[in-house]
Amino acid sequence: MKLNLKIWRQAGPEDRGRLVAYRVDDADEDMSFLELLDVLNERLALDGEEPVAFDHDCREGICGACSMVINGEPHGPQKATTTCQLHLRHFRDGESITIEPFRAAAFPVVRDLVVDRGSLDRIVASGGYISAPTGSAPEAHATPVPKANADRAFTAAACIGCGACVAACPNGSASLFLGAKITHLGELPQGQPERSDRVVRMVETHDTEGFGGCTNTGECAVACPKEIPLDVISQLNRDYRKATTGGRRSA
Amino acid sequence: MVTLGQRPATRARHTPRPSSVQLKIVMAVSGALALLYLVAHMIGNLKIFLGAEAINTYAAWLRTVGEPALPAETLLWLVRVVLTVAIVAHIVSAVILTRRAHRARPVKYAHRQPVQGSYAARTMRWGGVIILLFIIYHLLDLTTLTLNPNGVPGDVHANLVADFAPSRWYVTLFYALAVIAVGFHVRHGLWSGLQTLGHNSAAAQNTLKGVALVVAVLLTVGFLSVPFAVLTGLVR
Ligand code: HEM
Ligand code: SF4
Ligand code: FES
Repeated sequence: MKLNLKIWRQAGPEDRGRLVAYRVDDADEDMSFLELLDVLNERLALDGEEPVAFDHDCREGICGACSMVINGEPHGPQKATTTCQLHLRHFRDGESITIEPFRAAAFPVVRDLVVDRGSLDRIVASGGYISAPTGSAPEAHATPVPKANADRAFTAAACIGCGACVAACPNGSASLFLGAKITHLGELPQGQPERSDRVVRMVETHDTEGFGGCTNTGECAVACPKEIPLDVISQLNRDYRKATTGGRRSA
Repeated sequence: MVTLGQRPATRARHTPRPSSVQLKIVMAVSGALALLYLVAHMIGNLKIFLGAEAINTYAAWLRTVGEPALPAETLLWLVRVVLTVAIVAHIVSAVILTRRAHRARPVKYAHRQPVQGSYAARTMRWGGVIILLFIIYHLLDLTTLTLNPNGVPGDVHANLVADFAPSRWYVTLFYALAVIAVGFHVRHGLWSGLQTLGHNSAAAQNTLKGVALVVAVLLTVGFLSVPFAVLTGLVR
């Protein structure tokens, strides 16, 4: 199949960048979207041109590295699918496809489609952890977790930190990501000791990193490749309210 | 092994206050106060269908309620002050959130289809501006009576009938558009407020959206009924 691509090229953080048109004639509908870029890059390399820089690692939908906006949608048009798991059979022969980096002040472009998502790591570092004694592993059944809590924690823990929610949000907010972490740890007994400090610190880091505020537009949950539900943001607000009004804050 | 990069010094920023979640809570609480007022106002307006006497007595009662324990108009001014504070807080938070949103995405997408969220969600900012302009006109029209063609204090019925006379169709049109804008604003706003303040769960989400839609439609239809009753001669 043939595809007409328009890809964002930007030599470095200070470069202004622009969309450049490429044509790929030897694409195959069984290729993944990243393989399409591999094919294009091979040709560019042979022609002595600079290949398109893009982020990828696992190529199996679990690491969250393959960030790009395909025809206006983070990770492309396929629901609940990362770019690396997106196959060309979902595109028409001869289709024009625009590929841009995730756009957010908190995700500065490093080169072409590669952005620095370190801001999400710094949010996690500010509170997305639990304190646990090291040494001998505790007996797995020593801490019972009700099924409903375990299920909700697991749903939220499916977040791979890809940043698609930020890329989709008209406010450039990372609230879905933030809500996923808060819900994941808040549903479990191990997450309780730091619960109130966690939410306050993580929201503070989120805001300081330059992410916008959430206005419940719901774009994030549509774009999320792991289908994190919007109600984790409700949970985030509730934990924040509890942590900041009266009461005692945990250490 | 992940190494955690420090934030480049060029982007070093102070922590913005109030926090994004605090702003959201202010939006939700002040919006809820304004909505309570709107529901009461809409129901009060329906008194016009009970006759001139009913609505004029009701308007007079709004000014005397609480007497003699309280001086005249005490409760009226209390409501006015609370409502003004709520609306100012609502607008200030909205402006701060909008400015942060613009700063959070300095480079726009070249290709991004309209947002997936509802039309109501996408028009909150411009819708809010239109409603504010309407409130200013509306106060000059029916509270201070400066712009009202009849403008007799206490004769709410005659003021309304003169206001929405067929020859002044453009006023009725403006009222209709503003009230519909309020309907859209309430539809997303009520749902959004419940999501912010409530115990939302995946299961409750569709119910909350349904509730917001029903409230928004009832409010819009209730408000629209008055100018259209005058326009069509049902109330005269
Ligand atoms: C067709 C729709 C509407 C009609 C016929 C209507 C009618 C009136 C009338 C007659 C008054 C004066 C009441 C009095 O002096 O006792 C009034 C006041 C007021 N209305 Fe409306 N209204 C409508 C819609 C709205 C909407 C949509 C809003 C808000 C977005 C609104 C906000 C207000 C406010 C803030 C006041 C001033 C209350 C005060 O301080 O005394 N109205 N309206
Ligand atoms: S919430 Fe979804 S879209 Fe956002 S970072 Fe996690 S997996 Fe990605
Ligand atoms: S490359 Fe790991 S999720 Fe796509």
